[in-house]
Amino acid sequence: MLIWSPEYESMSRVRLEELQFKRLKETLQRIYDHVSFYRDKMKKQGVKPDDIRSLSDLKYLPFTTKEDLRENYPFGLFAVEMDEVVRIHASSGTTGKMTVVGYTKNDLKTWSEVMARSITSAGGGPRDRIQVAYGYGLFTGGLGVHYGAEFVGATVVPISGGNTKRQIQVMKDFGITLLACTPSYALYMAETAAEEGIDLRALPLKAGILGAEPWSENMRKEIEEQLGIKAYDIYGLSEIIGPGVAIECQEQNGLHICEDHFLPEVIDPLTGEPLPYGEKGELVFTTLTKEAFPIIRYRTKDVSLLYPEACDCGRTMARMNRILGRTDDMLIIRGVNVFPSQIESVLLENGDATPHYQLVVDRKGNLDDLEIWVEVSEKLFSSEVRKLESLGVKIKQKIESTLGIGVRVKLVEPKTIPRSEGKAKRVVDKRDVYKG
Amino acid sequence: MKVKQISVFLENKAGRLADVTKILGENQINIRALSIADTADFGILRLIVSDPQKALAVLKREGLTVSETEVIAVEIPDKPGGLAGVLKDLEEKKVNIEYMYAFVGKSLENAVVIFRVEEIDCAIKLLNDSQVRLLPESKVYRI
Repeated sequence: MLIWSPEYESMSRVRLEELQFKRLKETLQRIYDHVSFYRDKMKKQGVKPDDIRSLSDLKYLPFTTKEDLRENYPFGLFAVEMDEVVRIHASSGTTGKMTVVGYTKNDLKTWSEVMARSITSAGGGPRDRIQVAYGYGLFTGGLGVHYGAEFVGATVVPISGGNTKRQIQVMKDFGITLLACTPSYALYMAETAAEEGIDLRALPLKAGILGAEPWSENMRKEIEEQLGIKAYDIYGLSEIIGPGVAIECQEQNGLHICEDHFLPEVIDPLTGEPLPYGEKGELVFTTLTKEAFPIIRYRTKDVSLLYPEACDCGRTMARMNRILGRTDDMLIIRGVNVFPSQIESVLLENGDATPHYQLVVDRKGNLDDLEIWVEVSEKLFSSEVRKLESLGVKIKQKIESTLGIGVRVKLVEPKTIPRSEGKAKRVVDKRDVYKG
Repeated sequence: MKVKQISVFLENKAGRLADVTKILGENQINIRALSIADTADFGILRLIVSDPQKALAVLKREGLTVSETEVIAVEIPDKPGGLAGVLKDLEEKKVNIEYMYAFVGKSLENAVVIFRVEEIDCAIKLLNDSQVRLLPESKVYRI
């Protein structure tokens, strides 16, 4: 197995930390000079770029959250003039407003670089044909993998998501060797292929670069068996750059973070205190080279832990554990971020003053399934079947247009949804995505 | 001339009807008439009881979704074609029926049918001018 940029990916930890510190200082000066939000926040905290004298001083810098991004919608956190921004991506927000990020030409080069490392880490190279079945568009998945794959010199098939039968036909007819998509979609493809009488294991396909949603070790085994491939976990988020922040190597034992570009921390989500290596907490990233959208101590709300020990693959970049959970109640269903509060606002709009509801998530035949239980309050109730049924349909349609995914709505009796200390349990996730 | 019906939301699961009727029984409330409308997922139980106010209170206390719905009770000659005759009258008066169900007991020699209609006040006025005989609340709860 090759390493794309051994001069960085295998550099000594001492030299890496020197590089990280130099780049951190540059980033801090840049945001202090160009982004009033960061300058004000740092002033309030009584810290100037010069006060940061070592990497361990990072803890004196303020955190950045998704709410900060929303409050500075759309371009308030950009550190360059718009003339220099060559690309915009965005992710859908919980309450309407998107979080928007921008890239300069150099940022796109950085992104291609880290994605090239990821593809190489998954065994990909110029001779490979890669089917990019992540969505193309504002979502970073499709274009992120795309540019990295071109940079590597692979043959890119930008098929985007959906139309599964065509995906399988392309995979077979084009001699695809690498597949990039969400892990649940990979399984769905295998299922659809089986229905079509096609055995994916007999095709040249050898590896999957799978991410954008949490998955378990059991699911990996299932994917590897059903598709006859090695399945690599890739991690990324648009606020940092997109896919390519971290990826597994052939050891499949943790994801190497591109630490020369993204400085990771794990913190106690309650106190904000940094935790030592090996302790579980909330992942926090600081970008070290981003120009258009640098970000300081971004709280991902993803739970993981870090291990800096050298890896048998030859990389010295610290590894993060596969994501173990969330510090908030966000769900990822069919690759779409879903917050229970979105359901609540639909029910409130519907005239239910104190809606009691529960999201029941399951994986049915490899596809995520979301059923929403809604307790029928007196306000919603009618003695006429027609009215109650149309109420269910109305709630369903509103939720579907809010979330952008199909759901089922089940009307249930009051007190059906268990309460603990007066608070209802909003989510039942039967998929066990964070296990193993 | 309006009669109070108690409507209860029930999920389609075993024992729910038994639960509701047990609660009523324990509170000395007698069921006069009932109907169930059901779909694949849920049912709506509609009841005419001896003491609607009390029934509403006790079922609410048990945490059920209950509402009071106004309906009319119509006396119908207990003979072939009796219901058809009343329905024809309703149709002529353009009274729209949402749903209906029959009483088990009788008022003297007549059968009694409960109708949930659109625009109930208007419907009552129209029916008072016709052959259709509406039963008052006081009588209905004691049938």
